Amino acid sequence: MQFTSFGFLAFAAALLLIYYLIPKKGQWMLLLGASCLFYLWAGTEYLVFILITVLTTYAATNIIGRRLQQQDAYIAKHKAELSREDRKTYKAKVKRGNRIWLIGCLVVNFSVLALCKGLLIQPFRAMAQDTGLDFLTLGLPLGISFYMFQSMGYVIDVYRGTVRPERNIFRLALFVSYFPQLIQGPISKFSLLAPQLCAPHSFDGKEVSFGLQRMLWGYFKKLVVADRIAVAVAALKGSEFTGFGFLLLSVFYAVQIYADFTGGIDITIGLSQALGIRLPENFIRPYFSKNIAEYWRRWHITLGEWMKDYIFYPISVSQPMLKLSKSARKRFGNFGKRLPVYVASVATWFVTGIWHGLTPNFILWGMLNCFFIVLSEECAPLYTKFHGKFHLKDKAWYGSFEILRMFMLMNLIRVVDLFPDVGEYWHRVGSLFTTWNISLLWDGSMMKLGLTGLDYAILGSALVLIFSVSLVQEKKGSLRALLQTKPDALRWALLFVLFVAVVLMGSYGIGYNASNFIYNQF
Amino acid sequence: MEALLNILSELHPDMDFETAQNLIDDQILDSFDIVTLVAEIDSEYDVAIPAEELIPENFNSAQAIWALIEKLMDE
Amino acid sequence: MKKKKTFKLLAALCLCVAVLYLLQMLLMPKYMDESRDGALIAEYYDNTGNNDVIFIGDCEVYENISPITLWEDYGITSYIRGSPQQMIWQSYYLMEETFRYETPKVVVFNVLSMKYHTPASAGSSDQREAYNRMTLDGMRWSSSKWNSILASMTETEKQWQSIFTYLFPILRYHSRWSELKQDDFTYLFQKEQIGHNGYLMQTGIKPVTAPHMEKPLVDYTFGENSYYYLDKMVALCEEYGVELVLMKAPSLYPVWWDQWDAQMESYAQEHGLKYINFLELVDEIGIDWNTDTYDTGLHLNVYGAEKLASYFGKILSEECGIPDRRGEEAISTLWEEKTQAYYDQKQALESAEQQQGE
Repeated sequence: MQFTSFGFLAFAAALLLIYYLIPKKGQWMLLLGASCLFYLWAGTEYLVFILITVLTTYAATNIIGRRLQQQDAYIAKHKAELSREDRKTYKAKVKRGNRIWLIGCLVVNFSVLALCKGLLIQPFRAMAQDTGLDFLTLGLPLGISFYMFQSMGYVIDVYRGTVRPERNIFRLALFVSYFPQLIQGPISKFSLLAPQLCAPHSFDGKEVSFGLQRMLWGYFKKLVVADRIAVAVAALKGSEFTGFGFLLLSVFYAVQIYADFTGGIDITIGLSQALGIRLPENFIRPYFSKNIAEYWRRWHITLGEWMKDYIFYPISVSQPMLKLSKSARKRFGNFGKRLPVYVASVATWFVTGIWHGLTPNFILWGMLNCFFIVLSEECAPLYTKFHGKFHLKDKAWYGSFEILRMFMLMNLIRVVDLFPDVGEYWHRVGSLFTTWNISLLWDGSMMKLGLTGLDYAILGSALVLIFSVSLVQEKKGSLRALLQTKPDALRWALLFVLFVAVVLMGSYGIGYNASNFIYNQF
Repeated sequence: MEALLNILSELHPDMDFETAQNLIDDQILDSFDIVTLVAEIDSEYDVAIPAEELIPENFNSAQAIWALIEKLMDE
Repeated sequence: MKKKKTFKLLAALCLCVAVLYLLQMLLMPKYMDESRDGALIAEYYDNTGNNDVIFIGDCEVYENISPITLWEDYGITSYIRGSPQQMIWQSYYLMEETFRYETPKVVVFNVLSMKYHTPASAGSSDQREAYNRMTLDGMRWSSSKWNSILASMTETEKQWQSIFTYLFPILRYHSRWSELKQDDFTYLFQKEQIGHNGYLMQTGIKPVTAPHMEKPLVDYTFGENSYYYLDKMVALCEEYGVELVLMKAPSLYPVWWDQWDAQMESYAQEHGLKYINFLELVDEIGIDWNTDTYDTGLHLNVYGAEKLASYFGKILSEECGIPDRRGEEAISTLWEEKTQAYYDQKQALESAEQQQGE
């Protein structure tokens, strides 16, 4: 069930109503029921996948948890007779056992994920169909990349001893399957999300109102912008668009994915807020970033955090890496010192790449990001020198230049998503330097992309609105809080106009085609 | 503690690490810095900081980092 | 203080709903100039009660029979509940709905739609959806409308969970804001009466020139679903004590195959119903294919419709016992007004036709 379906809205409305009417003790069970229903809607056959994750996560975390408890009890009991060394060896022994459970759980889950993702691509797809596993090739189980990473993060946290395992399997099931997050994330941390999911929530008018406002804003981005521009993005993928057409594609795609992804997250976070549950932010106006590291701190934040906590840090501070660092430093000096960081970066971006898809273009996408991050890190001293000389940073326009430069660079990297054929991508990138066809902006080509002049006008106005709102948020913080201080009538009127704009200008439904209504049965 | 402050100021010469309290939250130390720091601490104090300790609370100030080192040395 | 705030909130909410409702009325097609057939279903509610005969079916009823002639010649009061390419399930639910408003003596159902046993069998999905709208949007809310919607939804509609767009048509017509015309404002609150008791008048003449050919079918058996709804109609009429008459209008095409005719013949016999195939009675009725059709035999024009009504009226009054109500004053006055409107439009259309011809 998509966020933009009428069914989802009715579902969410009914849920909100019941949620605040029933005894607070039952709220989390209602959420679990709703999540199950939501999942069943997507297809009963996928239920088995999420069940595997719930069961293995439950088993692994509880076993590890019990072993840690026994360990603490043992140490407390024999405190007097154990030396520091004894304690260390004992702990290490327990940890080795825990590691087996952890790795077992990770292997099972990531195999399922790899299987599901792998079966989407040839030749595995054909193989599965030949062997009668057709149902596996229907498509990815709903939200599998998101709930899988969220659950595995939790298992690792239990292993590290930073959270206590959940003993109630139904509560754990809710943490794994909490439905607003299933479609696009964010990937939440157990320690932040689980306690909120199971806590009682009383009706708070302001929270509900803020949540609904945020949902409306999400729908505006998704329906008015993302779903409208999608047609043009698909058209611009056509092989005739090289040079400036390719640049245009990268910008259009930037608009589409921003509006779609942040819009979806707004709906998720908004609905959760209305339910009294605070989810982590996933985007902080990323297109205002001035460098690539900053961009990745502001775009798809929860995925970045996950990768940092569970891939980047563990690799870069592991014993072998520290040894490598020591020996490399002796040989290569300062660069050697950073070697572990670079190895870890490559690994992290490789995983991030295949998380998005098991095709070469996503791996290339990850590597391009990695390359530019390392490059900017290495060139940092050069930059400092440069700016020390020319003082460009003081100029007002320079900030905007940095933002624009970052925007275009990220667009060109991101657009590789659209080209499973990596060769085709490089060909288009090359055409940027050989084909100068900016004239397609006014030679009528723009009208052949499936958008009318009116569509462009709507898109333009919507983007101006989104940009202005972002600017206010960047300078003054929450717009909703700001609006709250204004007269009720003004706030209501603004929200109502936004609502009407979504209803009228949203790109949904079958669309009205007068000629269909002309009765001519010939 | 002295050696730690030296390591830190080598990373960002223009910072006053004795007073700064929000090194992570203010994005003075990024993840690259943290990893470099871990490697330096390892060679200086022979203390391996495990990945699960790499959380903002442990790195927001020089005092917090020092407390972490002491805790790990103690174990 | 709290009371005041609640009141303000409620007032604001009412205002929003009112604005949305107005917007919805504005955005829905008016069917006053183009696709006038779409307006017919909604007009019934101003003409309920006292109709002794109800015709139900597709264009073969609302283009081919003139209730005014039935009144003038026999004093029969009748109404046509017709809409473009009306599916048989829609006919059934319209019948059910009509019985909430009045119990006629006879219901006449045109059997052409027996040939469509599912929404998908009736042409392209987009087109089908548009015709569904023309039948369903005009209906007032009742369980009949709800069930009719559920029975009518096409595959694409199901994808869009269209039930919500029938509940709130603004969700269906939301994109029409960019193509609003004068009509949408003129007829925002009050529409004109398009039909004459459900009859849509055409005065043009386009003679039949060549015989119409259609490819023979592989299987002529009507679908199970078609029979299911026909059975339901029979049962419903029995329940209300209404006589059900089956008719096939004298439209030359779509072709009414002999095999279909035979099936209807035997169905009527089995259930003790009257079934009249007017295609076999064209000469008796006096239809002249040179003057009595406006589209080469697909539909009759007003001259043909008057002839058919004149012929059919005889059967209805003599064989079905429909009374002559010209003596009842209240009804007479009402129908005289209708007759006047009918001739006014006929004259207007004819002179427009003439001007065009010159």
